[in-house]
Amino acid sequence: MDLYEYQAKDLFAAHDVPVLPGDVATTPAEAKAIAERFGQTVVVKAQVKTGGRGKAGGVKLAETPDETEVKAEAILGLDIKGHIVHRVLVTPASDIAEEYYFSFLLDRANRTFLAMASVEGGMDIEEVAATKPEALAKVPVDAITGVDRAKADEIVAAAKFPAEVADQVADVIVKLWETFVSEDATLVEVNPLVRDPEGKIVALDGKVTLDENASFRHPGHEALVDKQAEDPLEAKAKAKGLNYVKLDGQVGIIGNGAGLVMSTLDVVAYAGEKHKGVKPANFLDIGGGASAEVMANGLDIILHDPDVRSVFVNVFGGITACDAVANGIVAALGILGDEAKKPLVVRLDGNNVEEGRRILAEANHPLVTVVDTMDNAADKAAELAAAGV
Amino acid sequence: MAIFITKDSKVIVQGMTGAEGTKHTKRMLASGTNIVGGVNPRKAGEKVDFDGNVLPVFGSVAEAMSATGADVTVIFVPPAFAKAAVIEAIDAGIGLAVVITEGIPVHDTAAFWAHAVATGNKTRVIGPNCPGLISPGQSNAGIIPANISGAGKIGLVSKSGTLTYQMMFELRDFGFSTAIGIGGDPIIGTTHIDALAAFEADPETAAIVMIGEIGGDAEERAAAYIKENVTKPVVGYVAGFTAPEGKTMGHAGAIVSGSAGTAQAKKEALEAAGVKVGKTPSETAGLMREIMKTIG
Repeated sequence: MDLYEYQAKDLFAAHDVPVLPGDVATTPAEAKAIAERFGQTVVVKAQVKTGGRGKAGGVKLAETPDETEVKAEAILGLDIKGHIVHRVLVTPASDIAEEYYFSFLLDRANRTFLAMASVEGGMDIEEVAATKPEALAKVPVDAITGVDRAKADEIVAAAKFPAEVADQVADVIVKLWETFVSEDATLVEVNPLVRDPEGKIVALDGKVTLDENASFRHPGHEALVDKQAEDPLEAKAKAKGLNYVKLDGQVGIIGNGAGLVMSTLDVVAYAGEKHKGVKPANFLDIGGGASAEVMANGLDIILHDPDVRSVFVNVFGGITACDAVANGIVAALGILGDEAKKPLVVRLDGNNVEEGRRILAEANHPLVTVVDTMDNAADKAAELAAAGV
Repeated sequence: MAIFITKDSKVIVQGMTGAEGTKHTKRMLASGTNIVGGVNPRKAGEKVDFDGNVLPVFGSVAEAMSATGADVTVIFVPPAFAKAAVIEAIDAGIGLAVVITEGIPVHDTAAFWAHAVATGNKTRVIGPNCPGLISPGQSNAGIIPANISGAGKIGLVSKSGTLTYQMMFELRDFGFSTAIGIGGDPIIGTTHIDALAAFEADPETAAIVMIGEIGGDAEERAAAYIKENVTKPVVGYVAGFTAPEGKTMGHAGAIVSGSAGTAQAKKEALEAAGVKVGKTPSETAGLMREIMKTIG
C-alpha cells in the first residue's frame, strides 16, 4: 500500500525523523485556515500517489491566507496522471540550501535491502541513476544486522555527504531505518532531504510503501487506507477477501491462481484483436482452493461491473475439483437470479473435469457456454463481448 | 533421478496438524511421498492417523530429524509464525525447506533468507508462497496435484502454481522429471537459475520449460544464465503482457514499475538467449512438444 506524503511524514515524525509541521485540507477554506494558523508563507502540495506533482502544477507557494485559498482551489480537483487531487498539504515554506536524496528499498535481485543516497536530490532520481550513476550510492543492507550508526556512517561516506551535515544525516538515516523496519515498509524514500540555511536537515517530502502481508501486526495501518479513492468494485472485492483489480476492458475474467489469471488476461487480449479490440475488464483470482461461495462472490462482483459484456471463467482444477467449481457456478447463477444478464464462457480442466462439465451441461443455463480449451474459450468470450459493444 | 526430491526423500511437515497441513499431508501420502512425521511443539509425542498411516508428531525439526532421518520439510505454518519455523529448519540443518505459506511479510522472508545465507546455505529454501515441487512417481513435497501428469523427461520451473498445473496438463503425454513452483513473492529462496542449474545437471531431464511472470528481473537474469550455462533445450512462457503498470497482479512480486519488469522485456531477453517463447500456455506446450519429438 502506497501512502500519501502527509501520511508518510506522520510516520516519519512518529519515529523522530525531522519533518516540517503541516496540515491537510480538503477544501480551499480549510487551506486558508491552516495558512492563517501558520502566519507565514506556505506551500500548498497536492496529495497524490504519483510522482511529477510539481510539473503538473500540483505544488504552489502562497504568501498570504487569501492566496493559499486561491492556490488550493486551483490544485484541488486537478488530474495528475489519472490521480484526482482530493487533499492538499499546507506546510510552512522553508528556505533550502541543499537538496539530497535518500531511500531504503527492497532489493529483489540480491534478496535483501538497499540504501540509496545522493547529494544530488530534488530531481527525478531515475534520471540521476541513468545519467550520472556515480552520483547515486547504493549500499546493500543485511536484513538481520540492519542499520546502526556505523552502517549509517558507511552510507553517508559512500554518498559523499558534506562533512558539516554528515552527523545529522547519519542520525536521520538510522531513524529512517527504524521507520522502514518497525512499520514493515518495502520503500521509504525522501526526496528531497534538505539542508536549510541554518544547517538543519529536514525530510521535505516522503514516500512510503507498506507491506500488506504484515498488516496482521500493524492494526493501525488500516486507518491509512484511503477508502474514498478505492474503486468501489475493488473495495467490495477486498471486503470479501477476493484478489481483484479493475481494468478498462469489456471481458470479465475469473480464474484460479494469479499466474493463470494473468495468462488469461493475455489470451483474452490477443483474442480481442480479432473481435473489435475488446479487452479484459478485470483481474480476479479466486485462489487455488476456491469454493462455490467464493465463485458466487466473484461472479457477483464481475456481473455488477457495468463495463462487462461477457465473462470468461477459466479454472484449472488442481486442489479444487472441477465438479465443485461447476456447482459453484450453478449456485452463483441461482443466487444472482435475474441480476445475471451477461453471457458466461466456462473452461474447466484438470481434477474431475468430466463431472464438472456434466454438471454444467445438466444445468443447461441459457447464459453459460462451455468451451474445451483456454484459447477457444477466450475467443468465444471476446466474440460475445464484441457483439455486446 | 529428478531434482531436489526423489523416492529416497524423507519428508516431515511443519504445521501438519493445522487444517492446510492435515489436508495436504493426506494428499502427499496418497501420491506416495515418504512422510515420516510432523512438527508441532504443542502436540509433541502425539500420533496422527492419516487414513491408516500413523505419523508421529515431534516437538522440533531437530528432534524429528534425529528420530527419522528426515531430509525435507514442508512448511504450512501461518504467516505470523513462518519466519520462526523456517529459521528452526535451517538451524536443524535440514537439506530442503519447502515454504508453502502465503502472505509472509517480506521483512520476515528477508530475515530467514539472510539467516540461510549467514549459516552457509546448508538448507535449500523453496518459496515462500509456492506450490512446492513434485517428482512424479517418486515424491511430492507441497500441494501440486499428483494426478495431472506422470514421470517423464521434462523439467518445469514456474513462479505460478496454477500455470504449473496447466503446463503439466498440456504436456502430460510426455511427463516430467520434476516440476517446481518457486513462488511469486518478491524474495524467494530458490530462483529460476537454481532450478535451471539443477535440471541441466540432472541426467533424467532432457528439456526444460521455464514459466515467468511480470515484475522484477529474475527472468532476464535467468536468460543470461541460460545463454552461458544451459545446453539442454529450454522453452519459455511469460504471463502478464497486458498487465497495466503499477497494479499488483495477485502475487506480491507481480507488478510492473516504470519500464522494469514488463513481460515484453522478459520475452526479448529469453529469445536473445536462444529460448523459444510461446505467446500462450498452449503455444508454449506446442514448442516443447516439437522438441520432445526430435529428442525422443
